[in-house]
Amino acid sequence: MKWSFDILVVGAGPAGIAAAVTAAEAGQHVGLVDDNPAPGGQIWRKGAHLPATAHQWQARLDASSVVRLHGWRVFDCPEPYLVRAERNGSWPAHPDTEIDENRGCAELRCRALILATGARERFLPFPGWTLPNVMGAGGLDAMVRGGLPIAGKRVVIAGTGPLLLAVAAHLAARQAKVAVVCEQASLSRLARFAVGMLTEPAKLWQGARYRMTIRQTPYRTGSWPIAALGRDRLEAVTLQQGGKRWDVPCDYLGCGFHLVPNIELPDLLGCRIEDGFVATDAMLRTSVPGVYCAGEPTGIGGVELSLLEGQIAALAASGNIDRARSLARQRRRRLGFVRALQQACALDPHLRELPEEDTIICRCEDVRHRSLHDHATWRDAKLQTRCGMGPCQGRICGAAAEFLFGWHAGSVRPPLFPASVSSLVSPREPALADESLVAANALHENAKETP
Amino acid sequence: MSEAARSIPLTVNGTTVRVAPGTTIAAAVLLAGDATRVSVSGEPRGPLCGMGICFECRVTIDGVPHQRSCQIICSSGIRVMTDEVLKGSGGTGTP
Ligand SMILES: Cc1cc2nc3c(=O)[nH]c(=O)nc-3n(C[C@H](O)[C@H](O)[C@H](O)COP(=O)(O)OP(=O)(O)OC[C@H]3O[C@@H](n4cnc5c(N)ncnc54)[C@H](O)[C@@H]3O)c2cc1C
Ligand code: FES
Repeated sequence: MKWSFDILVVGAGPAGIAAAVTAAEAGQHVGLVDDNPAPGGQIWRKGAHLPATAHQWQARLDASSVVRLHGWRVFDCPEPYLVRAERNGSWPAHPDTEIDENRGCAELRCRALILATGARERFLPFPGWTLPNVMGAGGLDAMVRGGLPIAGKRVVIAGTGPLLLAVAAHLAARQAKVAVVCEQASLSRLARFAVGMLTEPAKLWQGARYRMTIRQTPYRTGSWPIAALGRDRLEAVTLQQGGKRWDVPCDYLGCGFHLVPNIELPDLLGCRIEDGFVATDAMLRTSVPGVYCAGEPTGIGGVELSLLEGQIAALAASGNIDRARSLARQRRRRLGFVRALQQACALDPHLRELPEEDTIICRCEDVRHRSLHDHATWRDAKLQTRCGMGPCQGRICGAAAEFLFGWHAGSVRPPLFPASVSSLVSPREPALADESLVAANALHENAKETP
Repeated sequence: MSEAARSIPLTVNGTTVRVAPGTTIAAAVLLAGDATRVSVSGEPRGPLCGMGICFECRVTIDGVPHQRSCQIICSSGIRVMTDEVLKGSGGTGTP
């Protein structure tokens, strides 16, 4: 097995799959690395009804020569053509054998790198948000697709963005009792957005269709949770809309405030970042030669845009400039949607008042609001409170602190994720036999069997 | 879900749970009714992001600590321990 590729793609969501498949079909030797057990990224997770497009790309991926590393997390990229990844949760299948011998750190080399690392949800702290069973909206959806039974459970969905409707519809289809969907944006802002969308060829995240599925469920605008209540786990949530407050008993709260791009890896490589997103040209080249970026790190625009970008980056990276150009024209037409969505999901300034003095902001280190608000910068707060210094490395509290205090996170440093000591000290040619790849693919097979 | 579909046995804090193929370890821990971790100031925590970012779902799997359970699929016979038991502050099973 060669661990050196013409093109290496990081992230196997729609953008990464499209990039890997397109590059392989153009004759390139392609590697695809992703930290999930199976391809699909955030939206094409198994366990839900997947659209025909997803099946088509999956089939093309299966038929392709792409070398896939599922369950591997990229934690360092010391230079553009060298990526270090660590195997996720690898332990011997038999519990009595020695641990650790199966853990792997891989060094992957390439001529061109396509970063398709997607996005995560933005979380805002409010009293009780650290209680078990308070999750992201996409987080709850992912847990359900990962086997969490939801039928008959009482669910509140809140936050902002089209994701809320998608999640509510999916959970309702699984017989969850979705009590209410709370969207922080005002009705007038949403209306402006919807009107703008009439010129948009793609349907707004199938919003209208989702709304039909959950038409029994109230959809409240200008509304958000102000507290999650419960002792050891969530029991109810206090919601607010204008001057009105009320409690809703529930088993799960899925609350996410739109998405923030995963730009740590491009940032580490020195790619230019503009307004929080990776800057690229029309061919999706970043400011670092040989490094391309596709999908949500360049702007949040939904699955179709991610697919287009993956293809463009792959075509450009494999020298098919003419085909890349014609897709780039299609992409340009969609960029208005990205901007409109960003505006529609802009956070209401009142949400800054959500945390109380003793509300935890940094969940890793349990740093509370009162010990943070007097600091001038993120760096200051980090040094004096350990805020953002835990294992998530500020991925959760950083976006919240940016909104709450106007702080900007500093530069990233390797490792991007906590990696095992052995991976850090002995990065080497992977001592991986082919069987570890098979193991990764077997996981995928296993995942496919589930209805 | 039919019982037959729950063909994968594992233990969470010593209690056996059976899950369907493809179930994540995080979902199995929730099914067992346990928290995944205890925070530095002693709060029980459960999964937040479901996508490997927040680290709230980390548990000990077959003796390997700090594994993000939301990104790992259950395999037969694995032993999952959460902080609740490891730190001795409750949980359903025995260490
Ligand atoms: C629950 C949910 C429902 C959604 N529903 C819709 C919908 O209905 N319609 C729509 O248009 N959009 C929807 N979205 C938005 C959706 O995220 C995007 O449309 C789409 O997934 C973007 O694809 P992507 O390839 O850019 O990123 P992603 O799908 O996020 O893929 C990125 C991948 O890279 C991996 N990764 C990141 N960093 C690393 C690393 N360091 N090492 C290894 N792997 C890494 C991630 O784990 C992930 O698998 C939804 C999102 C969520 C969370
Ligand atoms: S739930 Fe966030 S890392 Fe697993």
